[in-house]
Amino acid sequence: MSAMIKFVRHFMQDKSTHNSLINLFKFNGGIHPPQHKSESTLKPIGQLQLPEKLTLPLRQHVGNMPKIKVQVGEHVLKGQMLAEAEGTISAAIHAPTSGFISAIDEQVIPHPSGLPDLCITLTPDGKETWAKLQSTDWRNTDKNQLVTHLRTSGIVGLGGATFPTHIKLRTNANVHTLIINAAECEPYITCDDMLMRERADEIIKGIHIMQYILGAKKCIIGIEDNKAEAIKAMTNACSGAEQSAIEVRVVPTLYPSGDARRLIHLLLGKEIPHDKRSTDDGIQVFNVATVLATYRFFAFGEPSISRIVTMTGNVASPQNFEVLFGTPLQSLVEAAGGAKLNTQHFVMGGPMMGFNLPNAQVPITKAANCIIATSPDLFAEPPQAMPCIRCARCADACPVNLQPQELYWFSKSNNFETARNYHLFDCIECGCCTYVCPSNIPLVQYYRYAKSEIIAADKSANAADLARERNEFRLARIEREKIERAQKHAERARQAKESKTAVSNDEAEQTIASSTFKEPTAIDNKAAINAAIARSEIKKLAAAAAGVMPRNIDNVSPSVQAEITAINELRKETIKSVDLKSPTK
Amino acid sequence: MLGLALFLGLVLGVSALAFKVEGDPLVERIDAILPQTQCGQCGYPGCKPYAQAIAAGDADINQCPPGGDTGIRALSDLMGVEYKPLNAEHGLPKPKSVAFIDESLCIGCTLCIQACPVDAILGSAKQMHTVIADECTGCELCLPPCPVDCIEMLTIAETPNNWRWKYPVIPIRTAMFNVDEAPA
Repeated sequence: MSAMIKFVRHFMQDKSTHNSLINLFKFNGGIHPPQHKSESTLKPIGQLQLPEKLTLPLRQHVGNMPKIKVQVGEHVLKGQMLAEAEGTISAAIHAPTSGFISAIDEQVIPHPSGLPDLCITLTPDGKETWAKLQSTDWRNTDKNQLVTHLRTSGIVGLGGATFPTHIKLRTNANVHTLIINAAECEPYITCDDMLMRERADEIIKGIHIMQYILGAKKCIIGIEDNKAEAIKAMTNACSGAEQSAIEVRVVPTLYPSGDARRLIHLLLGKEIPHDKRSTDDGIQVFNVATVLATYRFFAFGEPSISRIVTMTGNVASPQNFEVLFGTPLQSLVEAAGGAKLNTQHFVMGGPMMGFNLPNAQVPITKAANCIIATSPDLFAEPPQAMPCIRCARCADACPVNLQPQELYWFSKSNNFETARNYHLFDCIECGCCTYVCPSNIPLVQYYRYAKSEIIAADKSANAADLARERNEFRLARIEREKIERAQKHAERARQAKESKTAVSNDEAEQTIASSTFKEPTAIDNKAAINAAIARSEIKKLAAAAAGVMPRNIDNVSPSVQAEITAINELRKETIKSVDLKSPTK
Repeated sequence: MLGLALFLGLVLGVSALAFKVEGDPLVERIDAILPQTQCGQCGYPGCKPYAQAIAAGDADINQCPPGGDTGIRALSDLMGVEYKPLNAEHGLPKPKSVAFIDESLCIGCTLCIQACPVDAILGSAKQMHTVIADECTGCELCLPPCPVDCIEMLTIAETPNNWRWKYPVIPIRTAMFNVDEAPA
């Protein structure tokens, strides 16, 4: 990632004029990386041809994996639910087009690990037959019902966080202000910009639905001042008298204004405590694309099956495309004129927070807002990392007011507990510290490493607690069973004693007789064995007389015959030993 | 003076009764460090008995292979003794794994159920048994009792869900080394 962050070291940051800082509350730090946004805004949002196959990872959102509802070979319609949300935090997956389910197996997914995960593969039939869609009269429907209905839409935060939207719209929070995040602060990404230019009216309608569900009186749309056309389009769309509660507010271009908490600070001057949610302060933040998806779901019944993706960087003609989820990255690259020859790899997300994709076959998912083809010209290899010189420039740049240099030392030395105490988990991994570091240290990589180590350690600590509890329970259970058994024995002994004393004298003889019968002597044993042998001899003789021989010893191999002889010998010896023992007893 | 002494004695006596500490807090703290695999590789029949032995000074701190180096360091910090490397007599650390029963071979003898220290095996006599993977500690105690050897230990595979970011490795470049061929 540092490669991307360092890509413009030699450029000077542009000193853009921030004209309207009135009513804005600047947060600490932030950086001005070169924008690279104009390349992909020259053309309108394009459409892709239907690819040959669509690969839909089941894990496209934060939370539980959804439950698969289809089988291999099944024909599905466009917009049909393929997997339903399971558990509280989960989202459904829908068929982006009509076709056949050709596989449900593990495929490489767009994830920093490059590991495979469970995916549904859909082979389109080319007919694009929609499932029956139903619009909702949201103004006359109960809010809770709307939220429950939204759970089936598969809509998640399309800004990249992919948190299920129905959870954020739950009505139990007392939200008074709705903030629409249209800052889009990361370089290269223009999908929200183009969306606002082309579909501003639908976004405003979506805001109305969200305001209704949340009961939010006020709505602020925060847009960075580098998106003049989008600002114009949005202002026009909400200029009607009815839209008076919606305000478009222009914020200065500064990375990372698009982080939800930074945007709240910027617009309202409120710092949400790190251990609280914004809804605790009555504020909820949604990305513009999420608002639009919500509108289309309620207005037309369309579930989440596509999104706008910026295809930019080292491609022939950078552009934004409306892409069906599951489309292979290769189709998108080809639509943008193909990658240039010196392309190294593809990055998903922006240059600051994105990650390298494992190959060009991975599918586009709900999180994919931007794909950048990288080249050595655009993203130069970062210079050699040097030791930390304790200049604290990272602390000046940190928008969360952390001490990145301290976090770096603790993470580097595996001093995880201290790193946690220095609020490592408040780090939003924006990469500002890495960007400004004069020693070129890949700071964020250390934080990510420390975070995942701490999470893993916490998980194993929880597992250890569970194991301790279960072990203690087991020991207690064994102890309890032992006591119960002893009690049962005592009870039985007592009952036997009682019944013995209750037996009358004339029955006593019988009891004695039966008890002698129950204790067989060696003589009895011998008699029984002899009787059994005699019975088997008689059976054998009878069988021989009838001309029937035991089938299982016909035509046996020499080894088996030897075994049979050995067993017969052993049997004879046993009879002898019983004969010998009996006189001594 | 005598009155004050009596009064303070009374206060101490009452507080000793009122704030009585149940059990041995040191054992609890040692037990919290131990990985709770309950595997018995330390020579004690579980983590708690080993914790008690350490607290009593009967056992060394380097007898727990699943706890690994981090566990020994935490114990040496807690006990105020010198760190020492893991005693190989008690085994070597292994990657975390869970038991898996081949259900086609299982004869339903319940021997593994009796051996499991955390009741993570489900089944009953003459019924197929299965391991609750989330609760299995990977102690391997179910392996020896199985008469048909139908249990094997599966190392937990890396998935996108449990994947971790790796420690950043910065390649060192020398003048002799061609920069273009350096690993990224």
